[in-house]
Amino acid sequence: MTGSKFKEIAKNGILVNNPTFRLVLGTCPTLAISSSVFNSLGMGLAVTFILICSNIIISALRKVIPNEVRIPAFILIIATFVTVVRMFLYRYVPSLYKSLGVFLPLIVVNCIILGRAESFASKNPVLDSAADGLFTGIGFTLAITLIGIVREVLGAGAFLGYKLWDFSIDYFGNTAGAFLVYGLMIAGFNALYEKFENNRKRRNYIEEMRASSLAIEAGETKATEKVEEKKEA
Amino acid sequence: MSTIFLIIIVAAFINNAVLVQCYGICPFLGVSKKMGNALGMGLAVTLVMAITCLVTFPIYNYVLIPLGLEFLEIIVFIFVIAALVQMLEKVIKKFMPPLYNAMGIYLPLITTNCAVLGVAETVMDTTAMETIFHLSQGQFNVGHAVIYGIFLGLGFTLAICLMSGLRDKVDKLEMSKHLKGFPITMATASFMAMAFYVFALVRI
Repeated sequence: MTGSKFKEIAKNGILVNNPTFRLVLGTCPTLAISSSVFNSLGMGLAVTFILICSNIIISALRKVIPNEVRIPAFILIIATFVTVVRMFLYRYVPSLYKSLGVFLPLIVVNCIILGRAESFASKNPVLDSAADGLFTGIGFTLAITLIGIVREVLGAGAFLGYKLWDFSIDYFGNTAGAFLVYGLMIAGFNALYEKFENNRKRRNYIEEMRASSLAIEAGETKATEKVEEKKEA
Repeated sequence: MSTIFLIIIVAAFINNAVLVQCYGICPFLGVSKKMGNALGMGLAVTLVMAITCLVTFPIYNYVLIPLGLEFLEIIVFIFVIAALVQMLEKVIKKFMPPLYNAMGIYLPLITTNCAVLGVAETVMDTTAMETIFHLSQGQFNVGHAVIYGIFLGLGFTLAICLMSGLRDKVDKLEMSKHLKGFPITMATASFMAMAFYVFALVRI
């Protein structure tokens, strides 16, 4: 895998196709779990781990799995890794296991994982798929943690469980606040993204114009030289 | 009788699938543009939820637990749901063509709907359900599970239909283009969730 391709996968996963803000996939865990930073981070890391593992296995088996039964096969692979993560959390991080609750098994039907399996891992080599899983997972983790920070600071007046001040708005702690914060963040992310994209386009356009005008000038000087040469002849 | 009434209230309002527990947000945002589609989706989800509860509850409590295979629950449930949805689609197509035309296209989507797997996971935890509904140990049975499933589905239908009615108006408003689509829909959902938050204050 070359450096430029790696860079492109990273940019796609975190910015251009950010699963949470650009594609609006995997909304259920994002809304339900993001009431605290710790839970958001835990959910993000669990999804990232499952994404990397399932992408690797699916991409390694992409020539073996028949096309007609690929979806059940993908779901079986994903469910296996979810079970693994669930057992690990049950044994080593019981507090997270308890607070993620039913949303831990629900990672199986998270559209981000099945979406990456279907659109990337089933068509690309193993190393690329692993990178894609990693960066899509990072994109998801960053997004859900950002929502978690806003909701925990405003809704509980705390950050990672440490009390910041004695001021809190319960609204941000429950589902209603989750919907509003998530919606506004999508709007903000899209506005920023569009601004950057327009700036980039404008820069490219100016560079192109400069290059072409340079080329024209060079052409003109050549042409005049040619005319002069002809006159001399 | 009072237990059944309690289950209905809890499933449809206090634990409303979309607006309180955040299950099934994808269809809630995706299929709520028109009232007809929303109703079709809601009823399809209700049907699948009822059948899922009917099948997964006995599988978990009478097959997986006696065999000590509880850890396989995720894999077993997702396969049972996928197979059920496929069979249901075939049956409806064969015997009820008008119903198939109304909600057939939504059935395959439901396989990966977290509301359905979510209800299977909630209902199978009998001890938790018994503490919510003030039942003694071993009293929560398949019938209760199915009623819970049906009314969770109807609560979902209620939420998605209300949403489609609101979107009729909201989508026509003038606003910044970045707010259009998902952001404004989520803001609308936020107000609906605030209304449903009142039910959380009900003591049962």
